[in-house]
Amino acid sequence: MIIFAVLSGFGLAFLAPAICRWAKERSGWWLAILPFALTLYFFSLLPGLAEGEVQSLALAWSKELGLTFSFRADGLSLAFALLVGGVGALVAVYAGGYFGTKAPVERFYFWLFFFMASMLGVVLADNVILLFVFWELTSLSSFMLIGFEHDRNEARTAAIQALLVTASGGLVMLAGFVLLAQIGGSWELSSLVLRGENVRANPLYLAVLFLILIGAFTKSAQFPFHFWLPNAMQAPTPVSTYLHAATMVKAGVYLLARLYPVLGGTPIWLWAVGGVGAATMVLGGALALSQTDMKRLLAYSTISALGSLVMAIGIGSETALKAMVLFLLAHGLYKGTLFLVTGSVDHESGTRDVRHLGGLRRAMPYTATGSTLAALSMAGVPLFLGFVAKEYLYEAAYKVGALWITLVFLGALLNVLIAFRVGVAPFWLPAPAESGLPKRPHEAPWSMVVGPLVLGALSLILGVFPQVLGSVLVAPALSAAAGERLEVKLAAWHGVNEIFLLSLLTLGLGIGLFAIRNDVQRIAARLALPWGLDTLYQRTLDGLFALASLQTRVLQHGYLRYYLITIIVAVVGITAGGLFRWGGGSLPHLSLDLRFYELGIAIIIVLAGGVAVLSRSRLGAVAALGVAGYGVASIYLLFGAPDLAMTQFLIESLTVVLFVLAFYHLPNFAQLTPKRERMRDVVIALITGGLMTTFVFVAGGIQIHPSISQFFVENSLPLAHGRNIVNVILVDFRGLDTLGEITVLGIAGIGVFALLKLRMDQHPAKGGRPAQAGTKGGKE
Amino acid sequence: MEVVLPFVIGSLYAMAIYMLLRRSLVKLLIGLGLLSHASNLLIFTAAGLTRSKAPVIALTADQLQPPHADPLPQALILTAIVISFGVTAFALALAYRAYRSADTDDLDQMKSTDA
Repeated sequence: MIIFAVLSGFGLAFLAPAICRWAKERSGWWLAILPFALTLYFFSLLPGLAEGEVQSLALAWSKELGLTFSFRADGLSLAFALLVGGVGALVAVYAGGYFGTKAPVERFYFWLFFFMASMLGVVLADNVILLFVFWELTSLSSFMLIGFEHDRNEARTAAIQALLVTASGGLVMLAGFVLLAQIGGSWELSSLVLRGENVRANPLYLAVLFLILIGAFTKSAQFPFHFWLPNAMQAPTPVSTYLHAATMVKAGVYLLARLYPVLGGTPIWLWAVGGVGAATMVLGGALALSQTDMKRLLAYSTISALGSLVMAIGIGSETALKAMVLFLLAHGLYKGTLFLVTGSVDHESGTRDVRHLGGLRRAMPYTATGSTLAALSMAGVPLFLGFVAKEYLYEAAYKVGALWITLVFLGALLNVLIAFRVGVAPFWLPAPAESGLPKRPHEAPWSMVVGPLVLGALSLILGVFPQVLGSVLVAPALSAAAGERLEVKLAAWHGVNEIFLLSLLTLGLGIGLFAIRNDVQRIAARLALPWGLDTLYQRTLDGLFALASLQTRVLQHGYLRYYLITIIVAVVGITAGGLFRWGGGSLPHLSLDLRFYELGIAIIIVLAGGVAVLSRSRLGAVAALGVAGYGVASIYLLFGAPDLAMTQFLIESLTVVLFVLAFYHLPNFAQLTPKRERMRDVVIALITGGLMTTFVFVAGGIQIHPSISQFFVENSLPLAHGRNIVNVILVDFRGLDTLGEITVLGIAGIGVFALLKLRMDQHPAKGGRPAQAGTKGGKE
Repeated sequence: MEVVLPFVIGSLYAMAIYMLLRRSLVKLLIGLGLLSHASNLLIFTAAGLTRSKAPVIALTADQLQPPHADPLPQALILTAIVISFGVTAFALALAYRAYRSADTDDLDQMKSTDA
């Protein structure tokens, strides 16, 4: 069942185009059925979890390599799987309204469900290699979805950037996984979590930690790899909602939480994970200050939220992990809503610039309701889930130290500002007088209202009754992340204490900032600094292209003879090295038995070759080539190879005929190369020739492997019933080789025929003598 | 003969390489022919030379009587001879077509024909 849950998404991806053609404008609703059913299925697993039942499945994949096709649905996996399935269903419905039937919606749904299935694979996989495969599949589908509007240059650039950053991070992570499996002794996460002590004590622990952290940080847009996420907002809004807010970017968080029992709890973990998370949390909020586009504002606040999640895992106390799970759900709900709302506002009013938007409450009452609920949750207003999560985050940071709580406070403060700017201001504040909207706004269709309303309402309901979540979902998730069984009792209200007062202060100061938001934005825009590796990324990419074109110019210059010289020099060098190693400098014993006619043939071959090289006449050269070939054939004849001799005589005659026929149509020899270059070629040729002579001398005395000839000699008659052993080898022992050879000759024949018959007039650009060429070819 | 053939092979290689490095397409093809002679002789010699004892089992015998020539390199060379003929034929047709299209057999002029 669990494997069906993962793989059915891929099936739906391939069926989606057909469903779209059949269901037309209602396809979003139909396509949402499967994600919705999956969500229900994941829910149905929750009660069992509380009693300690964990669904799992393992199929052998490659036993030799210790790989299994294994899945496991514990609390942590299910928390993510619910988010993936639930938000997936709502986004599928929403996209139906967002795209209508105009856009290439089939392609969109294909990649959306392809992503959903991959993401479920990431969170449910138990084998680390399997997890890696799904991980990279999510990067791939993210690439296709960011570049969905591929006719726009910015979309393509952003897609490539996201792919390069996340996929190369994934590769680094793979190295970490392999090391981890080596020192942990298992490829299964469920066994690895039991061996954390061994892993942490291993000298390779640091290497494993940093390799895996790079994978998690690139995927979850942590500083300094955060730069790809705001650029990824080039994707259509449903994609941004699903991949770049609610699910995919949390894969890194999932991985860190999953590996906390294996790698976590050390001082370096606190500072590497917690420190990077805290830095990202504050930086994301700060970078948002100068933005005015709703989507980019949300993107930076997502970076900030991912930072808080990572920081909570870095701190790793029970409260921190509790805060992480709660905040994960709260963020998925409110950020998903706000992204969808942004899409609706953009869709219905024509702009996403917060400076121009206002007063949409009347035109879009339902969207406004969902948006407001989500914004209040994000700002941490009491009674919302965001508030509960933030209380726990404060409490966790409070216990670690003053520095941490200051950072959390800053991050939260900036998020209050973003929440009000994106989720409240466009609806409740009057529209700025000077700017008209590109479109006259009206309420979005039902399909685009359901998502924000459902997610927004959940933010409130779960905030009022967090105990519902506590035992059912948070406790199992927490137990999985912490590596031990924990009970969780959540409450919406903790009474008035320091932390509650801090929450109120955050809210109050945040609203204060909101009041002066335009000044803040102007100041921030003036201060904007190029944070992160965006510039470095661009420079690296430019450098790579420059290197590529340089090496193309140097190596792929288009001069055949320089390619040949490169090859020849390399072969000569390698052969000379081999000779030096194997030959040892001493010549083997040679028999000086030489007959005068043999010497005569040898001299004829060399002389004929010389004539072929030096002749100014084409026919003379070809005739000389033929004489040399006959000479070679005579040597075969003299030394026990009559079959070779016959073949060589025949082929040589045919070759000469062919050359003469071709020469009829080809120009005379011309002296094309200057003398200096000819001298260089002579030197290369002589060195090669000398080397080959030495090679033959030395090779004659070396036998590295025993010869297999004896097998053919002994078995030719008994096994193949043939007396001519050469023929038996060709047609029987190595019959398939001969078949291949015949095929090659057949293809060459077809090629020759095609080249001669090719009509020039099909290439009008060349002009010349089209008809003539055709008839001449025919004659041959 | 073992003393002489290496020099024959070496000379054939030298001449073949020199011809391969010419700019004229036709000379290159002649170089290709010389190269295949050289390589076939190389394989033939490397296995050791035996005078006039073809690896054929006499009708009256059950097995081959030593000394005899090594059949394995012969099988290899036989294949190579035929394949090199195919290559030569194809290359000649290609040269003919290339000359027709580019109006030159100078390889340096041909390098920009697809521009």
